[in-house]
Amino acid sequence: MTATVASPAAPAEAVLAVESPTRRALRRLAQRKGAMVALVVILVLVALALLAPMISPYDPARQSWSAVRKAPSALNWFGTDEVGRDILTRILYGARASLSAGVISVAIAIAIGVPVGLVAGYAGGLIDGLISRFTDAMLACPFLILAIALAAFLGPSLTNAMIAIGVTATPLFVRLTRGQVLSVKAEDYVEAARAIGNPHWRIAFRHILPNVLPALLVQATLTIATAIIAEASLSFLGLGQQPPAPSWGSMLNSAQRFLSTAPWMAVLPGLAIFVTVLSFNLLGDGLRDALDPRSK
Amino acid sequence: MLTLIGKRLIQLLPTLFFVSVLIFSLQQLLPGDPALIMAGEEKDPEVIEQIRRQYRLDQPLPVQYLYWIGGVLTGNLGESMRLKVSVLDLIAQKLPVTLQLAVMAMIIALVIGVTAGVVSAVKKDTWIDYAVNVFSLWGISTPNFWLGIMMILLFAVTLGWLPASGYVPLWEDWRQSLATTIMPAFVLGNSIAGVIMRHTRSAMLQALSSDYVRTARAKGLFERRVVLKHAMRNALTPIITLGALEFGTLLSGAVLTEQIFTIPGFGKLIVDAVFNRDYAVVQGVVLVTATTYILLNLLADLGYILANPRLRA
Amino acid sequence: MNKALLASLMAAAALTISAAAVQAQQNTMRIGLNEDPDVLDPTLARTYVGRIVFASLCDKLFDIDEKANAVPQLALSHETLDDGKTMIIKLRPNVKFHDGETMDAEAVRYSLDRHMTMQGSFRKPELAAVDKVEVVDPLTVKLTLKTPFSPLLSQLTDRAGMIVSPKAAKEAGDRFGAKPVCAGPFKFVDRVQQDRITLERFADYWDKDKIKIDRVVFQPITDGTVKLANLKSGQLDLIERPLATDLAEIRSNPNLKLVALTDLGFNGMWINVSKGEPAKGPLGQDARVRQALELAIDREALNQVVFNGEYVVGNQWISPDKLYYQEKFPVPKRDVSKAKQLLQQAGVKTPVAVDFMVPNTTEAKASAEVIQAMAAEAGFDMKIRLVEFATGLKEAEEGRYQAFLLNWSGRTDPDGNLYIFMKTGAPQNYGGYSNANVDKALDEARLKSDPKERKAIYERVAAETLKDNPYLYLYHRKVLIAHSNKVEGYRQMPDGLIRLQGVSMKR
Repeated sequence: MTATVASPAAPAEAVLAVESPTRRALRRLAQRKGAMVALVVILVLVALALLAPMISPYDPARQSWSAVRKAPSALNWFGTDEVGRDILTRILYGARASLSAGVISVAIAIAIGVPVGLVAGYAGGLIDGLISRFTDAMLACPFLILAIALAAFLGPSLTNAMIAIGVTATPLFVRLTRGQVLSVKAEDYVEAARAIGNPHWRIAFRHILPNVLPALLVQATLTIATAIIAEASLSFLGLGQQPPAPSWGSMLNSAQRFLSTAPWMAVLPGLAIFVTVLSFNLLGDGLRDALDPRSK
Repeated sequence: MLTLIGKRLIQLLPTLFFVSVLIFSLQQLLPGDPALIMAGEEKDPEVIEQIRRQYRLDQPLPVQYLYWIGGVLTGNLGESMRLKVSVLDLIAQKLPVTLQLAVMAMIIALVIGVTAGVVSAVKKDTWIDYAVNVFSLWGISTPNFWLGIMMILLFAVTLGWLPASGYVPLWEDWRQSLATTIMPAFVLGNSIAGVIMRHTRSAMLQALSSDYVRTARAKGLFERRVVLKHAMRNALTPIITLGALEFGTLLSGAVLTEQIFTIPGFGKLIVDAVFNRDYAVVQGVVLVTATTYILLNLLADLGYILANPRLRA
Repeated sequence: MNKALLASLMAAAALTISAAAVQAQQNTMRIGLNEDPDVLDPTLARTYVGRIVFASLCDKLFDIDEKANAVPQLALSHETLDDGKTMIIKLRPNVKFHDGETMDAEAVRYSLDRHMTMQGSFRKPELAAVDKVEVVDPLTVKLTLKTPFSPLLSQLTDRAGMIVSPKAAKEAGDRFGAKPVCAGPFKFVDRVQQDRITLERFADYWDKDKIKIDRVVFQPITDGTVKLANLKSGQLDLIERPLATDLAEIRSNPNLKLVALTDLGFNGMWINVSKGEPAKGPLGQDARVRQALELAIDREALNQVVFNGEYVVGNQWISPDKLYYQEKFPVPKRDVSKAKQLLQQAGVKTPVAVDFMVPNTTEAKASAEVIQAMAAEAGFDMKIRLVEFATGLKEAEEGRYQAFLLNWSGRTDPDGNLYIFMKTGAPQNYGGYSNANVDKALDEARLKSDPKERKAIYERVAAETLKDNPYLYLYHRKVLIAHSNKVEGYRQMPDGLIRLQGVSMKR
């Protein structure tokens, strides 16, 4: 559960070239094969998750007591689970839980972390000191333990797991935003905006936030990867998705009991997590390279 | 320089204070009543009352906090309700285990991460670069617990090469000790190898494009020598700094890995304590882990500053 | 660095092939436990796994035989006088504690007093009927009871009957559990929390001829697959509670032996009939709705799907093969149409939504999912809510649930499976059940000691509780022990504990 901290890209330089920074970034992203493949994989996963009812002939909660823990076959490509449900179908539906957990928890972390980081960086002084020390304190505690405690407190459900992960990931965004703000704050155009009497919130949103965005995008992508693993871990501990709704983590939880008798129950949901998280990591790496103005 | 260290040390105090408040309030958030769990299957109301009194669970939270932090400041982390052992003793018992695991994991991570990083930097933008990239990312892309389960399935259950679980201390039987820790160490090391690889790669790229490497090349030195001797030496400082940082991550990253492999270290101790609502143990272990993490961070920062004279100003 | 690591990696891989050989140290028995035991003090202990360790460490006044009858252990005999208000216990002579002290009437008095008065003692409720303990002579103690209490003898076959060395206990105080000193076949060597407990043979044990093992090592391993893998590879010699779904594999392995007995406990679910707002739903209010739920569940299918048919279905607090099972109330068969009918008669709107609290374990989760699917066919919408054990107890205590899957490990005396659950206001009456006839019968049964009389009284309890259904009994687990062929002479008692008397290890 290593939380990856993106190395902050330098603030976007004044636009001199004819090409807009966004276009330039997109062009460079398109050149990175790994990132493009990852992007395609993610889009396919999203499509599969959305279209699951159309693709699969089975109901993800439908039990078949005469076909319990059957190995992969023509009928059930990925085999069946401990109460006779089709594993492929459950993986497809489980993608909904994992993907939404990744995206929503990161959205929560951004929604809290970015404003707090802006305030810390912009205000400075005691407020900054307090926020920064508290952020340090949160980052010092084991990520999973914080998430477990929060999820247990809120009560087990997928929504609560997302909130718990989101809150736990918040310090990453506070720290990132604050760092960016500090480096941009001293720039001439921000000084100028302040000199002509723009209100603080306006400066923060119009002049500072856009400069934070690239680094934020990279961090968000990488944190989605971390969050998907965190959701799987919480569900693995029973603190996420509630039965009979499927999630990859809870499928692994059930599979534990049948490792030697029905290994397919553990292998396939784990592979699904792996492919998804790897894709987000590759995309995040690609984005970082593409958005970094220093790189060629 | 000294004032800088002093400043960083002073900053440490509020952070540690927040850590203590955070973990204290955190475990208060946990639902469930420890006295009720402690009371066993029979749950006699009188026994429950008595436990509440004994562990001051009947006092208001701030009072409980003061008792706890007062103890911490005098070197007393309290007593495990479940095991009736002092938390300090428990930590002393578990620390060597987790430390051994973390050191082994770090070695594995450095071997994989640095090798992969150097190779992909030297072979930048070739298929080898891409392959190494994917390879190094797989570590952070798999849930620790799943990789652990898969390794048990393969090496212990199917092939029978390695013991599936358990732990033997190094000083008792070092070979058996390595055999029991190699799988969890690999799982842990694997999860940070990717981070190390990324940083090695960019540090190497920077070093390779620097003037002195160009000079070395111009002098007609063999490429291998250029890479290993000149570029790597310069790339090493940030890697070591990162290593210190990630070492802290490892200490806390062992949470589920130890659970899967039944390694009696910090991770298992804390997860069991969380689920048993053994408050003093949760607080004590998180406090020690967090403090270690913060100190390692500080050391890494100082190391970085020392290595980069420009930052000393 | 690279080479050195590679070398040690290879070494590690190579040596494990010989690991089994190293492990086979003669006459050490390695036992895999399901969880880490709590404190090893008979007065303060409360876990089931702890009792397994105590079985080798601390002898009791009485033990049980294969039929769960009390038989003398540290006692030689007992008699009950004054209509059950006095119990005289004669003690076995020449018994030594691990520290060399003599086990006598004074030690028994001290130990029982310690159980009854020590701060934080979990034995207090078990010995609540005892008024005082007196020494008659060095080998005789007299227990005076407040009221006759027939389950007392069975309490003395468990932790409440364990005798500790007074000298060691006085010195250690509440730290006694860190180095327990008793009169069992093995003495305590050391313990690494969450890793292992080591005991070694006690040379002066009173029954030492039966002890043929030098050392016992208990290792807690929570994961069922890992535990079994360790048994197969020879890292462990005996494991308790293997997974029901792994039994077929154990049976087919020529190197392993499986021991299975129906256990003393029961599994099923509580239904909240009177605690707070959640009890006001149709399930809590109308016994017909509860009966409909019972009829919707196919116990056999549940057993087949979740436990490979390895457990025993049941409908009472004791499994059908036991003496106190009430044959007049057989296990009902599934009847979905009758269940629907009952719901109709009760006039409830279907589907009946039920907040179904389930402990967060893989077996409980699977059971709950199967129950959910079965109940849905009759018109119930069981909404599963997984809770950690800690949270579940609190929620149950406060009545924040409608149905709660919870099991009981069982006691040798039927009172231990009934009284604290069905008596009005009793500590484990999670459903909030209250029935004056049941209360009266439960108290009455405690005064009688003749099994026939007691069974007749319990029939009245069955007639009421099985109609009111505050608890749906579904199945009984089995005591399961798997061991390697090297272990010889192992005998299982119904309480599931591991006794090493008469057990030897083949080289």
